[in-house]
Amino acid sequence: MTETLNGKGLALVPKTDAKQTLKDFKSDQEVRWCPGCGDYAILAAVQSFLPELGLRRENIVFVSGIGCSSRFPYYLNTYGFHSIHGRAPAIATGLAASRPDLSVWVITGDGDALSIGGNHLIHALRRNVNLNVLLFNNRIYGLTKGQYSPTSEVGKITKSTPMGSLDKPFNPISLAIGAEASFVGRTIDSDRKHLQSVLREAAAHRGTSLVEIYQNCNIFNDNAFEPLKDPALRDDITLRLEHGQPIVSAIKAVRRRADGTLEVVDRASVDESEIVVHDAHNPDPSLAFALSRLDEPWFAHVPIGVFRSVQRPSYDEEMAAQVDRATTERGAGRLSDLLMSGDTWRIS
Amino acid sequence: MTKQVQQLDRVIIRFAGDSGDGMQLTGDRFTAETAEFGNDLSTLPNFPAEIRAPAGTLPGVSSFQLHFADHDILTPGDAPNVLVAMNPAALKANLGDLPRGADIIANIDEFTKRNLQKVGYDANPLENDALAEWRVHPVALTSLTVKALENFEISKKDAERAKNMFALGLLSWLYHRPVEATVKFLESKFAKKPDIAKANIAAFNAGWNYGETTEAFSVSYEIKPAKLAPGVYRNIAGNQALAYGLIAASVQAKLPLFLGSYPITPASDILHELSKHKRFDVRTFQAEDEIAGVGAALGASFGGALGVTTTSGPGVALKAETVGLAVMTELPLILVDVQRAGPSTGMPTKTEQTDLLMAMFGRNGESPVPIVAPSTPSDCFHAAIEAARIALKYRTPVMLLSDGYLANGSEPWKLPEIDDLPDISVDFATEPNGEDGKTFLPYKRDPETLARPWAVPGTPGIEHRIGGIEKADGSGNISYDPNNHDLMVRLRQAKVDGIDVPDLEVDDPAGDARVLVLGWGSTYGPIAAAVRRVRKAGGKVAQAHLRHLNPLPANTGDVLRAYDKVLLPEINLGQLALLLRARFLVDVISYNRVRGLPFKAEELAGVIQDVIDSD
Repeated sequence: MTETLNGKGLALVPKTDAKQTLKDFKSDQEVRWCPGCGDYAILAAVQSFLPELGLRRENIVFVSGIGCSSRFPYYLNTYGFHSIHGRAPAIATGLAASRPDLSVWVITGDGDALSIGGNHLIHALRRNVNLNVLLFNNRIYGLTKGQYSPTSEVGKITKSTPMGSLDKPFNPISLAIGAEASFVGRTIDSDRKHLQSVLREAAAHRGTSLVEIYQNCNIFNDNAFEPLKDPALRDDITLRLEHGQPIVSAIKAVRRRADGTLEVVDRASVDESEIVVHDAHNPDPSLAFALSRLDEPWFAHVPIGVFRSVQRPSYDEEMAAQVDRATTERGAGRLSDLLMSGDTWRIS
Repeated sequence: MTKQVQQLDRVIIRFAGDSGDGMQLTGDRFTAETAEFGNDLSTLPNFPAEIRAPAGTLPGVSSFQLHFADHDILTPGDAPNVLVAMNPAALKANLGDLPRGADIIANIDEFTKRNLQKVGYDANPLENDALAEWRVHPVALTSLTVKALENFEISKKDAERAKNMFALGLLSWLYHRPVEATVKFLESKFAKKPDIAKANIAAFNAGWNYGETTEAFSVSYEIKPAKLAPGVYRNIAGNQALAYGLIAASVQAKLPLFLGSYPITPASDILHELSKHKRFDVRTFQAEDEIAGVGAALGASFGGALGVTTTSGPGVALKAETVGLAVMTELPLILVDVQRAGPSTGMPTKTEQTDLLMAMFGRNGESPVPIVAPSTPSDCFHAAIEAARIALKYRTPVMLLSDGYLANGSEPWKLPEIDDLPDISVDFATEPNGEDGKTFLPYKRDPETLARPWAVPGTPGIEHRIGGIEKADGSGNISYDPNNHDLMVRLRQAKVDGIDVPDLEVDDPAGDARVLVLGWGSTYGPIAAAVRRVRKAGGKVAQAHLRHLNPLPANTGDVLRAYDKVLLPEINLGQLALLLRARFLVDVISYNRVRGLPFKAEELAGVIQDVIDSD
């Protein structure tokens, strides 16, 4: 089972022959995010992407926690579960582990996934349950009206930190790689084409895929990702990761130092042969981790795309395989045998 | 030499030693032999939370009490007739429970100056008159065992470790227990270490022969098999029965079982047991924490499985928010709380009934949850099926309140006929239920049960979204409408209030008792034993025992009001009493002890008699 499913994230999910469109995935609920919120773009991108998968709509489930992004399931005409703060990966784990015929998507945010729900996220990643986790990172708490988040930069002035936040932020990509994630990607709300290309790869991945989506909160943290959206700047600082391709922006290139660490240099100053070629499929996570650290200093240059995509057995498959093995080796369970399984005696 | 054989109707033995001495195993084996012999029995293991507390100290003492008889019995017994003390700490820790004249079998090899000092004995009590009230049998258990094993190719340490089997052999001789099963058990337990297996069997036989040949024991005892109802029996502990009950529930519901759990004393054995039975389409998920355990179970329920989570009090506290989500989303879920002494970490291996009010009210908002409490170890099987029946039929989380006493205690169990188990299967929603024939209303209720449809992913045409935000009646859409919220709060309450539970049965053979003793959960055995004693002495008392704590049986108020006095013993500070007084305005008389131990029958008999005698 394991070998055949590797890389086929949706192999067990029933397909449909019916032609689907974006409209099929819109629910009848009025969308209630703030005007201008990046969530609208992500919703539209997902709604227009889902028909491409050709799955039976009833076999798709969106599970969310709490936060602005967690309203997402209400707006999709699939099955949906808007749960409680931070717990979506746990709930989705139970669902996906017992129902391999479902395509399960977790919608979460930086507070939901990395603060209150951090434990569930890292354990879902190491287990490699067949889930697609979309982490909307706006680097702020929106729903509670503007406190700093675990991805806010140090010194962030917010309602709860009038003198600036003290905590070092998480880098979600580094965190996920450290948590043994088998698939880690990053994309941007405003770049629909790129967003959908990462979703496509995430959906095809069997196991847990984590996709960080830079999402603008125009109310409490506007322009947080402006350098990546500024037409004058974005091509220069965005390092697009494509497996097998040199890692470059319009003017920069990634080179390996003598000590093995990575550096970003002027593209014009290096020979093509010196530029690091991306290898997302390398079992060793060192390159993916090193790439995840390249956005220091803050937005000097930012890799986007699939950092890591490696194949290993998914939790739900292995769990099902144990049930199958127990049943094959010893036969399906019979209740009467179970009750009689200890030392018994008869009184007549 | 012919030895005298004396007939007894019942015996209570307590094996006590260091937590590394293997007392639980010794007790388990003696229990198995006794069950095979056909006595009725009841057991009470009592052990420290520390895996290996410092050797020879009082906190490190582990014990196992077994009550067996030629008639049916209800408790593991109040006070041991026989104490097997493997060291001075075991003697000192248990002496207070021994009635005058009881037998003490003490391992004199361990009564060294150092071991005596560790527990504060200035002089060896085996050598002075400190134990004059009791019949002391000093036996050199360790050195006799080592001597018996001197020709075996094992270390001295391994030889010494077999002393518990020597003790078991001696006790097996003393009470005429069958031994073949223990020999087989040792062969199988140490199958990979045949030398150890042989040594343990030799130690066991040496213990038996020691009893047979030495003059230290001039009398042995016979306790005839009990006359129990005809049927096939096995011995079972509460946690095992509960695990079997969950499997039976999934079979009877025709649903796969999904357990999400985080290890915690004294509930972990349910996880261990269920993980062995995957061929029943059981999935066990050891989660990263308590919250993930219940979250995964709820996720599996959403997907159409029988979702279960097992824990103890501290875990229930952590799961509360998710149970609230299950209340709101109206999905089936079973939360097993094997109660232990609290608050906080409390005393993890000790029993208590202190989570009742947490089960009732321990969530934000108006959040009613049905509660079922088993009364004996084997009743955990049936209580689990009942909890599942309610969860599935009414689409609600259900609290199953076991406790440490039931979890680890064991008793003979007359196996039920599989055909007699209830069919608890329910139908999933398959099509739109709106009047237009196209819309699906996830919160349109069954008019009788008020349950909403269980619509699982994968079913076409009824895709819908649920969650923790308040729902509009019927459509399930997000609603902040004040009147809708009031309606939904009342509907959720009415659904739980309307659960069909059987009437409370009263046992009052004379028919004219003026005092009712009421209980719930694991106090059944001690209360029933106490009631027997009182009746035997001529007292008139009625007994009733609650299995459903929420909702209460419809006749509860009538039963309470039918007696002049209602006595309610609880191993808490009066939690059910608080509920009954509030609900029925009946001033029940609370009797409360919170010592981490079950009630003693003698103690309760006295309390009942006092209530009968008082005006």
